[in-house]
Amino acid sequence: MIENTTYKLPDPRGKFGEYGGMYVPETLIPALYELIETYSKLKFDPEFNRELFRLQSEYNGRPTPLTYAERLTEHFGKAKIYLKREDLNHTGAHKINNALGQILLARKLGKKRIIAETGAGQHGVATATVCAKFGLECVVYMGELDVERQKLNVFKMEMLGARVVPVSSGTKTLKDATNEAIRDWVTNVEDTHYIIGSVVGPHPYPMLVRDFQSIIGIEAKSQLFELENKLPDYILACVGGGSNAIGIFYPFLGEKTKLIGVEAAGLGVDTDEHCATLTLGSDGIFQGMKTMLLHNNEGQVSEVYSISAGLDYPGVGPEHSYLHKNQLAEYKYVDDKQALEGVKLLTEKEGIIPALETAHAVYYLNELMPKTTSDEIVIVNVSGRGDKDLNTIVDKFREVK
Amino acid sequence: MSFLKKLIKRTNDDNRKVLSVFVTAGFPTLESTISVCSAIYDAGADIIELGIPFSDPLADGPVIQTASQTALENGVTMEYIFKTSQSLKKNYPEKGLVLMGYSNPVMKYGLEKFLIQCKNSGVNGVILPDIPVEEFSDFYNGMIPEIDKILLTTPVSSEERIKTIDEIGSGFVYCVSILGTTGTRDDFEEDTLKNLERTRRIIKNNHMLIGFGISNAKSVQKFTPYCDGIIVGSAVIKAIADDYSNKTEWDRTIELISELSEARRVYN
Repeated sequence: MIENTTYKLPDPRGKFGEYGGMYVPETLIPALYELIETYSKLKFDPEFNRELFRLQSEYNGRPTPLTYAERLTEHFGKAKIYLKREDLNHTGAHKINNALGQILLARKLGKKRIIAETGAGQHGVATATVCAKFGLECVVYMGELDVERQKLNVFKMEMLGARVVPVSSGTKTLKDATNEAIRDWVTNVEDTHYIIGSVVGPHPYPMLVRDFQSIIGIEAKSQLFELENKLPDYILACVGGGSNAIGIFYPFLGEKTKLIGVEAAGLGVDTDEHCATLTLGSDGIFQGMKTMLLHNNEGQVSEVYSISAGLDYPGVGPEHSYLHKNQLAEYKYVDDKQALEGVKLLTEKEGIIPALETAHAVYYLNELMPKTTSDEIVIVNVSGRGDKDLNTIVDKFREVK
Repeated sequence: MSFLKKLIKRTNDDNRKVLSVFVTAGFPTLESTISVCSAIYDAGADIIELGIPFSDPLADGPVIQTASQTALENGVTMEYIFKTSQSLKKNYPEKGLVLMGYSNPVMKYGLEKFLIQCKNSGVNGVILPDIPVEEFSDFYNGMIPEIDKILLTTPVSSEERIKTIDEIGSGFVYCVSILGTTGTRDDFEEDTLKNLERTRRIIKNNHMLIGFGISNAKSVQKFTPYCDGIIVGSAVIKAIADDYSNKTEWDRTIELISELSEARRVYN
């Protein structure tokens, strides 16, 4: 792991300013300390890092390329655009960076059983994949609605030997799958490790997942330096829980690069059907963390919506809340229709079909690019590929026609 | 000595373990809570833990999850909780009343305002399971000490943690009997009792009440040697739901509470 030497959060209590922390039932506290302790020993352990590096290169195919987007750059006629190709990871998205790191941790912890939550199914597939590779039992919690929407990923997880448990409580989506995974962990904490899929939950997860995902930014930084001998002026990434965004942002915190996270505005920020947490939320305590949250006046968590199941989450990683509050990163939003335009744009100009999540960041180029100049550089984090979304995309394009 | 501490001592002095009963506010209907709580007090409960429903109750099993969801659909608000508390306390001034829930609705309402309203409504203590020792001081900030802040221990809490919980928590220590969420269990392992014995030995300042998984006279009797009181939740919610669907206002619930109330007597 590489530490950012100018930006030293979270503090030892897991706080990013006022956000983060350990807001969980007592039962989980010892397991969290066990995780903190083991990770702090392994973080700079050469052998652990060598093993992770070897897996990342030989199994996952890292480093992922930094692709110069020539036709996209021409299209806007302003700053140069580069794409960080997390879509080329094994299993099709950045999620496996974290799953690989955590499975090694789980082995060090001596845990025999792995649980995970999943929304779109990408994290579930990544977790089932690493469990298959290491021969560990895997249970994935998935909202009933998402099981319906993402049948292909359910099939993949089952092929990989995971048991997919449909969750019928609450809104039957990602947040409820997360609640159910936490309940499982409370019950089976002694032999089970919970591989959380984003930079959310109680300390140390937001830090742990960030560190495992920061390989994205570390690579991008050195790749761009080799190609252009400079830092990027802007980095764009989509934000649901925010793991791909934090992964690429983290090594640039403290630099002059402008970091822009793009949230999902669903049917619009003037409706109730969105998940633009940082834009419209307020402070809350949810799933083990203090963070910005979409909730009503009584503190009941909102039902949120986005065309992209991976952004469909009422909370956000606590570090994003901190970066937002302290203006260390900017957060914008893009709605469903615009995201579909983002899919078209990247597909037609660069021959890359992005995931619907990623398409939110791609579309935001339309707003950012006119403000840039030709000597500047923009990196877009292409967090995942669009195969999983083809049904949704085809349906929506038919509707439009 | 706080109201709850005195209540527990008085009950124990009278050769009875304390019986504390969890009821989700606004379940099954907004109108039913006062009548069902009154029936529960009348049947022998010493404390009612009135549950503030939350959209994401991650420490709760299916029974209380469903009750919370129903209560929210019924439109429970914090104002409703305080109004209900006030009427209950007016009719049962000698009985204990505690609010139990998750921290987000409390934070959204405003912690200080929440605690002042507790005081004004006759609430004696609060239990927020997602505020562990780590967040306790920052969250409560020493505010309104008259309202007891009850903390929980579990089978995996270390001796050191239990000591801290006993030191900073007040009212009583809520000892979670098992690993897992709320809900009834058919059986308890031998380890469970060993752990209760251990926990009881460590706790010095507070009374210890045992909760999670207790559903009948048999489980009450199993636990009484190790505690000052017992807490029942899901089993009561089930009984309330049965009474509601069978329109047997609140026969099954009263029967259950009476059974539990009888079982917690200590014969010397």
